[in-house]
Amino acid sequence: MELLNKWPKYYKKDVISHYCPGCGHGIVHRLVAEVLEELDLGRKAYLVCPAGCAVLAYHYFDFDVIESAHGRGTAIATGAKRARPELFVISYQGDGDLSAIGTAETIHSANRGENICVIFINNAVYGMTGGQMAPTSVIGQSTMTSPEGRNPEVDGYPLHITDVVASFPGVAYAERTSVATPAGIRKTRKAIRQAFETQVEGLGYSIVEVLSPCPTNWKMDPVTACRWVEEEMVKEYKPGVLTDKREEKRKEKG
Amino acid sequence: MIVKTLCAGSGGQGVLTLGNVLGNAAMLQGFHATYLPAYGAAMRGGTANCTITIADEEIASPVASAPDIVVALNQPSAFAFINRLVSGGKLIYNSSIVEEVPERHDVEAFAVPANDLAVELGNARSANMIMLGAFAKLAGVPSREAVFSSLKLLMGRKKAVFEAGCRAVDKGMEYLS
Amino acid sequence: MDKVFISGNHCIAEAAIRAGCRCYFGYPITPQNELGEYMAAHMRRAGGVFLQSESETAAINMVIGAASVGTRVMTSSSSPGVSLKQEGLSFLAGFEFPAVIVNMMRGGPGLGNIAPAQGDYFQSTRGGGHGDYRTPVLAPASVQELADLTVKAFALADAYRTPVMLVGDGMMGQMKEPVTFPEPIDPETLPAKPWALKGRGDGPSRYQASLILDGLEMERHNWKLVRKYKVLAEQETMYESYMMDDAEFVVVAYGTTARIAKGAIKRARKDGLKVGLIRPITLFPFPDKVLRELARSIRHFLVFEMSTGQMVEDVRLALENCGVEINFHGRPGGVIPTPVEFSRVIHRYYRRM
Repeated sequence: MELLNKWPKYYKKDVISHYCPGCGHGIVHRLVAEVLEELDLGRKAYLVCPAGCAVLAYHYFDFDVIESAHGRGTAIATGAKRARPELFVISYQGDGDLSAIGTAETIHSANRGENICVIFINNAVYGMTGGQMAPTSVIGQSTMTSPEGRNPEVDGYPLHITDVVASFPGVAYAERTSVATPAGIRKTRKAIRQAFETQVEGLGYSIVEVLSPCPTNWKMDPVTACRWVEEEMVKEYKPGVLTDKREEKRKEKG
Repeated sequence: MIVKTLCAGSGGQGVLTLGNVLGNAAMLQGFHATYLPAYGAAMRGGTANCTITIADEEIASPVASAPDIVVALNQPSAFAFINRLVSGGKLIYNSSIVEEVPERHDVEAFAVPANDLAVELGNARSANMIMLGAFAKLAGVPSREAVFSSLKLLMGRKKAVFEAGCRAVDKGMEYLS
Repeated sequence: MDKVFISGNHCIAEAAIRAGCRCYFGYPITPQNELGEYMAAHMRRAGGVFLQSESETAAINMVIGAASVGTRVMTSSSSPGVSLKQEGLSFLAGFEFPAVIVNMMRGGPGLGNIAPAQGDYFQSTRGGGHGDYRTPVLAPASVQELADLTVKAFALADAYRTPVMLVGDGMMGQMKEPVTFPEPIDPETLPAKPWALKGRGDGPSRYQASLILDGLEMERHNWKLVRKYKVLAEQETMYESYMMDDAEFVVVAYGTTARIAKGAIKRARKDGLKVGLIRPITLFPFPDKVLRELARSIRHFLVFEMSTGQMVEDVRLALENCGVEINFHGRPGGVIPTPVEFSRVIHRYYRRM
């Protein structure tokens, strides 16, 4: 009998996960490893992991990984990709990293149309530091630093940074998905594949924003957390393809 | 031997080019040379100046708090820098537009009507090279050949510019001979 | 090769390209803009990368990226910009990535002004960013030395796997002097960097991390860095002795200030004063050994700086318990001191001997 769900080639075996039960990171990690294998990119992959919960991503990924300072992922990715264009470069970032402290790096790497892929985990909270409000926290969301719920008068509004960069001419592909349901996971896998292919074709910047549960910091059980993604988060952050300029990019390239 | 020169004028008069040609010429003649432009917020029509030091030994400071020679291409420069000259120093000024030279009895002043001479040559923009020629004559360094080599190095790709430069340098040298 | 009459900022850029630097990331700031502009004009022609970043912070992180894949890489800035780069400098030191960082210092604190200054001595030699690290710091005093030390900076960075700083100021950057450039190095011929991340290929995967959660491991890493700095001190300390043969009075100064000090010493010598100069070329490691040796026979030291007193602390540390007199004269950024001013100071302290 053939084993259909094989262990991904670029995912380390026998490593105990440090992620909390019900966390979305493990799922996205596995999808990244699977798609790298599918497209035979693992041998030349270079992934920048963020300061945040995914800081230890190299414990799981079995390809080359570098760690970045908080928010600097796409700057490091830019340096690596420009220096060695033959590498397949991914920046894996969380919401605080990508849309707060790293906003300038995000905006400008996207605007330059760097030929890199960004995997953006949006769980609407700072995870590693213990559940503080993120730029992506939704209105009314209670966090350690918005204990009475996010109040736009004081805290501003949820930041839709992927929508912002999707409007840039340099961004070839942007999609928002969620990993709170099996269907969402399948869509996320497909989106990651589209993004990876964008870089392989040399079409420019691609980004996949993944709505991802954080039961620990949301103070929910995993099932409730998944339900919260599907019922609450998606209202603020609507899943779907935000831009797909690959066809015109292909034409530009001739 | 060490000669510290301050060249000054208004932006667009070619003061920095003058200094650069001079510095290159000194180098090509085998001297130690430094060229230090006054840098700062640039402004069109503002003043420009640079300090060139030529020596037959290692040059310590490239700054000239008391230059041996001042080359002044416009009126404000003559006013501003004559006071900086070392006692016994020399001022070469563009007498076409410098109408008044402040009195100082311990320095020598040399009038060179550079703009008029440039017009005579048919190239109004070569006043700076005329001043360079006058300077070389007066200072004794760099040699005419070195100045020409410097012009060739810096402007050699444009034959007409190079030749006009050489003619202007000769004009300046002749004027003070 | 023939001599070229070139400005300091252009010289660093040309020397870097010749040293096999193939990536430059930077953000405009006076008084070093000409460096980036030269890179923009010449780096791509050399087959390399020039990128004007969105910030100093981004630039230094791009440097980390390019360094991590084994490319010789440089960034340059001036004081306020170098403050922004300190985060990345700390990471480069922690990662043990080679890179060259140029600081053409200006007056400060804050925006200060663009006049020459040496107020970033502490920041440069004490690590600058967070954590327990140092960076080798080279301080040229002529445009020729800018060329030579730029090449040296890349060699040191690779050999010791460390960021290396090259410090000058606006005067060094703007001044033109004759320079003989070294022959270009083909980056392909440089020694391999087995630690560089170039994709795992058929080998095992690797990672570069600066997060070290294990306490003992963190301590081991820091001691490893310390050992590296010790070797640097033993092998790479550089200084120039000037008119020291019969000197009874030593001036210590670096960079632009050393140039001015030489002028002052020449004057003082004409007056019969037996004065010499020790010019640190590496500010870290600091040439403390030579100062201690001199202190056996010379009792009087005078430190000149374009700051209110930073390197003087290293001179005091070097000469601790030597029973010598150490005096200091500084002008903070804004005004370039003159040889006349320095020679007056020399006379003043010399008379007291």
